[in-house]
Amino acid sequence: MSDVVVVDYGAGNTRSVRAALSHVGRTSTLSSEPSTIRDAERVILPGVGSAKSAMAHLEATGAADALRARFAEGASILGICLGLQLALESSQEDGGVTALGLVEGDAVRLTEGRVPRLGWSVVRPWGDAFYFAHSYAARTPRAVASVGGVVAAVRSGSFFGVQFHPEKSGPAGLEFLDQCLSLV
Amino acid sequence: MPLPRLIPCLDVAHGRVVKGVSFADLRDVGDPVELATYYGQGGADELVLLDIAATPEEQSTMTAVVERVADVLAIPFTVGGGVRSIEDASRIIESGADRVSLNSAALANPALITQIADRYGSQAVVVAIDAGERVVYTHGARHATEVETVPWAKEACERGAGEILLTSIAHDGHRRGFNLELTAAVRAAVSVPVIASGGAGCAKHVADALRVCDAALVASIVHENPEGLKGLRREVEELGVALRPIKEGR
Repeated sequence: MSDVVVVDYGAGNTRSVRAALSHVGRTSTLSSEPSTIRDAERVILPGVGSAKSAMAHLEATGAADALRARFAEGASILGICLGLQLALESSQEDGGVTALGLVEGDAVRLTEGRVPRLGWSVVRPWGDAFYFAHSYAARTPRAVASVGGVVAAVRSGSFFGVQFHPEKSGPAGLEFLDQCLSLV
Repeated sequence: MPLPRLIPCLDVAHGRVVKGVSFADLRDVGDPVELATYYGQGGADELVLLDIAATPEEQSTMTAVVERVADVLAIPFTVGGGVRSIEDASRIIESGADRVSLNSAALANPALITQIADRYGSQAVVVAIDAGERVVYTHGARHATEVETVPWAKEACERGAGEILLTSIAHDGHRRGFNLELTAAVRAAVSVPVIASGGAGCAKHVADALRVCDAALVASIVHENPEGLKGLRREVEELGVALRPIKEGR
């Protein structure tokens, strides 16, 4: 069996995530099958696309319930960008979307600076620069890292989510991904 | 605000990098994958691959290039040239590109901007504008349109563009600096980030551009000396523009 199941919801740039995983020596499977997610030791919920269509896809395939069940059992889940926002209770995107509800909070539209927020920022407290590409951000008491007031990472139980793209953040990102997967 | 970006642009035709890439250390200077890898490790913040010979028959050639680049590159990249439909955009993004860039196709069919933004998010749609003195040009800057630059930039953003890639035709290739006035005017009119393009001849030009917008596209200045990308970054920083700290390794 593969090290990591990457959840497929029809619009994500899953190729880059899987390439990054293979860079750090992990095998991966791309799937939206509930049974595959239920059996996974580690799950990555990647992120590109719109919250509404992503949630519709996850609910329709049964992947959403499989993720909720896996989270309840304490399996390691990493959310990237939209994947982090989908783990919250809801998102303001597309007129309001009910999300997975693994982590308290919601995703709200960015109001400062240029939107979408595109480019590299140094994330505190870690000190490395990572690549961001988003128009919405998490509003949650579970934030563990931030950049200029924008939530960069959240943790709740076995869920860890990052707003930036480790798979697009060069050596710092690959090292980060490797560490995330080695923690559990 | 994110840190300003330096973005090398590779012109690709028939699956090969063309135009003035001279670099002794590469086995094959024409291989987009090898060059992308080099820039990815050498200090690019992002890359643009522009398919300058895009024809429907060659779609599969470019798709293969995009897939191979996505498998080795650990920084974001945008693909432009030949994106004329939502299917074209899907093919490119699902092959691993982060964003697509639309130029003539966006002017011919502005609804395409919205279609792509709705499916992949506005961060996935760059609208490239080739600007003349007053109006926008299409088809590789050969055909003048009736559309004025600043209003078109605004409209593109209202329709869902997540970034504007602004090339000043008069400045492109002359290495005398970017068109700062036009870049500033476009940036003031929109709320998305703006990439300046056309005219980079030295670090000062790049630093000047990064003071008025969010990113600078560089081509010949780095292709003639790809080892010099890190040096260029250092010089830009010495001129007072902070760029991202680069971690070595992997």
